[in-house]
Parts: sequence; structure tokens; C-alpha cells
Amino acid sequence: MTTTATSHRTRPPAQPDSLRAKRLPWYAAPAIAVAALALSAVIVYGTSIGGPVLVVVLAAILYLVGLFAAANAVEGRRSARNRTWSALIHSAFVLAVLPLVSVVWTLVSKGADRLDVNFFQTSMNNIGARDANGGAYHAIVGTLEQVGIATLITVPLGVLCAIYIVEYGRGKFAFAIRFFVDVMTGIPSIVSGLFVLAFWVLIVSPWFNDGRPSFSGFAAALALSVLMLPTIVRSTEEMLRLVPAPLREGAYALGVPKWKTILRVVLPTALPGIVTGVMLAIARAAGETAPVLLVAGGGAAINTNPFENNQSSLSLFVYQQAGDASKYAPARAWTAALTLVALVLILTIAAKLLARRNRLSR
Amino acid sequence: MGETPHRSADAGTGGTRVTQSHEWPAGASARVAEAPVSTRSPGGTGLGGGGALPRSRRFGAERAFRGLTLAAGTAVLVIIAAIAIFLVAKAVPALRANTENFWSYEGWSPNETEPKFGIGALAFGTVLSSALALLIAVPVALGIALYLSHYAPRRLGTALGFLVDLLAAVPSVVFGLWGRDVFSSPVRDFSVWLNEHFGWIPLFGGDGPFGASVMLGALVLAIMVLPIITSLSREVFLQTPTANEEAALALGATRWEMLRTAVLPYGRPGIIAAMMLGLGRALGETIALALTLGITFGISFNLIQNGGNTIAANIANAFGEANETGRGALIASGLVLFTITLIVNITARAIIYRRREFTESAA
Repeated sequence: MTTTATSHRTRPPAQPDSLRAKRLPWYAAPAIAVAALALSAVIVYGTSIGGPVLVVVLAAILYLVGLFAAANAVEGRRSARNRTWSALIHSAFVLAVLPLVSVVWTLVSKGADRLDVNFFQTSMNNIGARDANGGAYHAIVGTLEQVGIATLITVPLGVLCAIYIVEYGRGKFAFAIRFFVDVMTGIPSIVSGLFVLAFWVLIVSPWFNDGRPSFSGFAAALALSVLMLPTIVRSTEEMLRLVPAPLREGAYALGVPKWKTILRVVLPTALPGIVTGVMLAIARAAGETAPVLLVAGGGAAINTNPFENNQSSLSLFVYQQAGDASKYAPARAWTAALTLVALVLILTIAAKLLARRNRLSR
Repeated sequence: MGETPHRSADAGTGGTRVTQSHEWPAGASARVAEAPVSTRSPGGTGLGGGGALPRSRRFGAERAFRGLTLAAGTAVLVIIAAIAIFLVAKAVPALRANTENFWSYEGWSPNETEPKFGIGALAFGTVLSSALALLIAVPVALGIALYLSHYAPRRLGTALGFLVDLLAAVPSVVFGLWGRDVFSSPVRDFSVWLNEHFGWIPLFGGDGPFGASVMLGALVLAIMVLPIITSLSREVFLQTPTANEEAALALGATRWEMLRTAVLPYGRPGIIAAMMLGLGRALGETIALALTLGITFGISFNLIQNGGNTIAANIANAFGEANETGRGALIASGLVLFTITLIVNITARAIIYRRREFTESAA
């Protein structure tokens, strides 16, 4: 894509200068930038309407205008447009990097405060507003159990669904399933939480809880399953399609029935890709707060039984500590957020690296 | 992300695409797989020289497995239907008990003896904050995607693209916490400044307090959907046929003209789909908005005063003290949200599917 960079040093010396388009000298852009900064500082401080941030913003606008004007005068309108858009695209990049860097920086600097052994070994049970300690052990247990159960439910269901779509499904019905799996990807997490609230917590759970609705970690796992299912189906489906046809044909030629071919030939070949998809789905589910808030309720004590009573999770812990009035709560929230992000990012990076090693590349 | 179509998704399955029709998405393998079955005569004796194909059994492992996968596939449809059914079932009693108009009443007090609640202000807040977030995020995201795909050196572009994918995985509660603890003070300063100098515009009017406003919520939302839109549109831009780009450059186009004439038109359906998916994400976002918005009820276009509320944020905030009618009311509001996002998503998917047809026939 560097076709525009034809070097002018190689041109024959006889060629007259007038044949080449005029170009701005190399120092034009920095010079305009400095001039814009100076002018903007004069305007802003002269009329005292703002501080240094406004100087920079105004300077950026002045720079764009100045660059366009200079290039328009020397190089022509088309080149001026090109330069202005290029500057805009670069500034969009800078503009977006700033807040994202700020998020990461805050996460690390504020999260490091409470990153101690105590945080990972204690719960919030009997921790009052004036206690500086307290930790997220119960939340980590909750996250692991809920996500684990959700994975146990979703992986078989999702993989079987993908097998149906790729290997057996025909016609309108299979198309409808494919379409609604895609649509399901966009269901908001809070709606899946409300669904499990209406279905499991309010209608089913009273049956085996003396007629009272009961929050539980299992309900949260159900809600997370609804969110994980489409991700797993989509990634598995894509991987199954990538399995080379000769592998299946070879199996059929040897007289292996179709179901055995799928289980023994197709699935093992696609396995690394499927695992990648599952890990990405887990990473997404681990970060969800809203469904856990609605159906697991959250709690301060350690509860290792996912089928009874309230359970918390890391993301819910962050949310609850963020709303806590104690002056020690923000530090706990940030450390829990750091733990959560570390968990999610490790899963995501591992999944991406695994995908890179996958032999079934696109 | 794996959500955009790949032009050569089944190029690896034997290259028999020429004979393959579109309603057979399983690729060449599906036909080949059918071959041994279709050569079997109904009587059980095989055609040709084989004759040794096993009889198809009524209750064999094959049928059991096929039924199992069919059940799993149907489960998806069942879940979507069940979501609608159960939400309606729990919402209807609360809607019956409502003493005000659900669509127009501005307020949320379903826990009283005379329940009063209305979706109007919440739906307005949801749409306003999502639209603002998209308005901010889309130009920037497209700029980054173009930078990563056509300006940055190839290696840097790939590395940064990986980073963008990672950012898309950061949980929303983290963005919410950051928005409340860190980002709110610059936004408050900015709001005060706007109010001082542009207070005559109704959007920036009011006499405070400022900070926990629609603007803060929309900015946090924009930062959250930015990686998603960037990552999807970057993939689309990378798929532009090199021949188109080179043709534009060979005709003397500048780089921007090349992007405008070759890359952007090719990627337009993908960009629209990415925007719709980002919109779906923004509409359903709960926790980040529950942490950053100053929860109020009322329809107001003022962007900088404390206030603003969305359906999802209201569910998270009001759930704690909700009684039975209160829960039903929240479920009813969730049903409205579900419907809105379903419409947005189906539209986005329809666009993507049309594009898939287009690119496959063009390939």
C-alpha cells in the first residue's frame, strides 16, 4: 500500500521541475502546528475563556484549518483534502487511546492498594463500614462456580446445536436457528437476568423451597448460559465448517457411520477452535454483573453451595462496593476490578494464542 | 470477533463452491455426506456392485444422535420464545395493577398501594444516551479502523487490532467504576464551562449540579462500544479486494480518495451492521450507566445537569427494594427493552445476511 511513495530522487536530472506537482516542504506541518498552538494560546488566555485543555483543542482545530489552507494553496484541493482527512484519522486514534489508557492506568494504580493476601482469603462477612480489611474470597468462589456451571450447561448444548446447523440442518428450519443464534448474541444481559428471574427464581424455585422464591448461584449460571450459548454456537459452527471435506469422505469411505465420523473425526479436528470459542464465551460471562445482581442476590458471606441462598460474584462485588458508603470500599472495588480484568484478559489472551496455533486457519 | 462474514468461509472444504447453492450452508461436505445414504435403495439391497450397505435402522445410534442435535438446535428457538413468554407472563399482572398510563407516565413508584409507573422517560433516556454514544463513537471508531487497516504499518496495525479486541472484553462494570471515580470530574469541569459559555443553548442550560449527567453516561458508553465497532469495521475494511484499492491508486487517486471510492463503499453494509450491533450493546448496557447517571425521572434534553435514566439502569437500581408488583413492573420494562434490542438486532443481522449473499456471489 505504499504505491504513492514514488521517490523523486530517482528521476532523471533533465526532467524540468514544472512537470512535478508542487509539494509542501517537510517543515510545513510542524510549523503550522506550532503556529496554531501559539495562536490558540493567545486567543484562549487573551479572552480568558478556558484553560490548557481548551488551548490544545482549539490548536488542533486551527491546525486542521491551517493545514488545509496551506495545502490548498500549494498542492491543490485534492491533496489538501487528503492531508486533512489523514490528520483527522490520526487524531481519532489519539483521541480514543487517551481514555483507554486512563482506564488501564487507574485500574492498575488504584487496584494495587488492596492487592494483598488478606483480600483473597477473607470475605465481607461481619465487615463494617469502619473496617479497612475484608476481601473478595466469597465473590471469587461465586464467579468460579457460576461460570463453571454455565460452561457445563452451555458447552454440550452449544456444540450439539452447531453440529445440527453444520451437519444435519437443512432448509428453512436450520436457517431460522442460525438466524436466531445471531439475534440471541444481542440479547442484553439484563434481559437474560429478568428471564431467569421470571422463570427460575419466581416460578420454579418455590417448588423445592417451601413456596418461597430463592436466589441462588445456579440461577445466575442459567442466566449466564443464555448469554454464552450464542457465542459458543457461532464459534463452533465456524470451526466445523473449516474441517476439510476429505477427512469426512475418508471416514465415510471406510464405512464409518455419520455420527461416529462427527464424534471421532470432525470434532477432534475442530477441537482447538472450539476451545478458543468457549474461552472467549467464559471471559464474557465472567464480566457480567446485571444477571448476577438480579438472580443471585449477592451476599457478604462465603457460600460454596450454588443451589441454595445468595451468592456473590466478582463483578457484582465491584458494583456493590462501588455503591458502599464506607471510605474503604472504593479500594476494595478497584482491587476486585483489577482481579476481574486480569481473569478476563488472561482467558482472552490464552484463547487468542490458542487460535493462532490452530491448524484450521481461515 | 467472528461475527462478520468471511468471504471464503468454506474455501477449505474442497473448493466445490461452483456447484454449491446458497441454501446449503453446510458446504460441500453436506452433499458428500448424503451420498452413501442416497445410493441406498428402499428395499435394502444396495445399488451397483456394493450391496453391503447396512440397513437403516429405526432406532440406531445415528438417529439418536441426529435427534439429540436437533433437540439442541431447537433449544435456541425455545429459549428465545421462553424469554418472551415468561417476561409477558410476569409483566401482565403488574401492568393490570398500574393506575397510570404505562407509556406516558413519568415516574416509577410501583411499590405503593396504588402502583404508578411509566416507561416513557426511561425509554427516552435509553434512546437518548445510546444515540449520543453512537454519535460520538462511530466517527472515532471508523477513524481508528481506517488507521489500523490502511495507515498504520501492517505489523503495528495487527498488534493494535489485537489490543482493541482485548479492550472489547473488559467488563462494563470496570468502565462504570472508572466513569464514576475518574472521568466524572473532567466531565463536570467541561459541563460547567459549557454552561458558562453556551448556557443559552437549551442542551447546556440549567443551574447545576453538573457531573452525573447524560453526557457522562453517553461518553462512558461511547468509550465502551468504541472497541466493538472498531474491531468489526476493521475486519470489513481489511476484506476490501486489493485489486479495487490498487485500481483507484493507479488512476491517480490520493489515499483519501482511494478510501472514499474503494474501501468505504465496499464496507458500507459492514459499517452499518457494526453500528447496529454497537447500538444493541449500548441499549442494553446496565451497570456502567447505573453507576454514572444521576437517576431521575423525566423527559429532558438537558445533557449536562445531573439526571438521566435508562431502562436497564433503572432495573439495576430499583430491583433491590421492589415488591411483587415492583418486580413485575421492572420485568415489563425489560420486555420493552427486549423488543427494542430485538428489532435493532434483527435489522443488523438482515443487513449482514444480505451482504453475505452479495460477497459470496461476487467472489
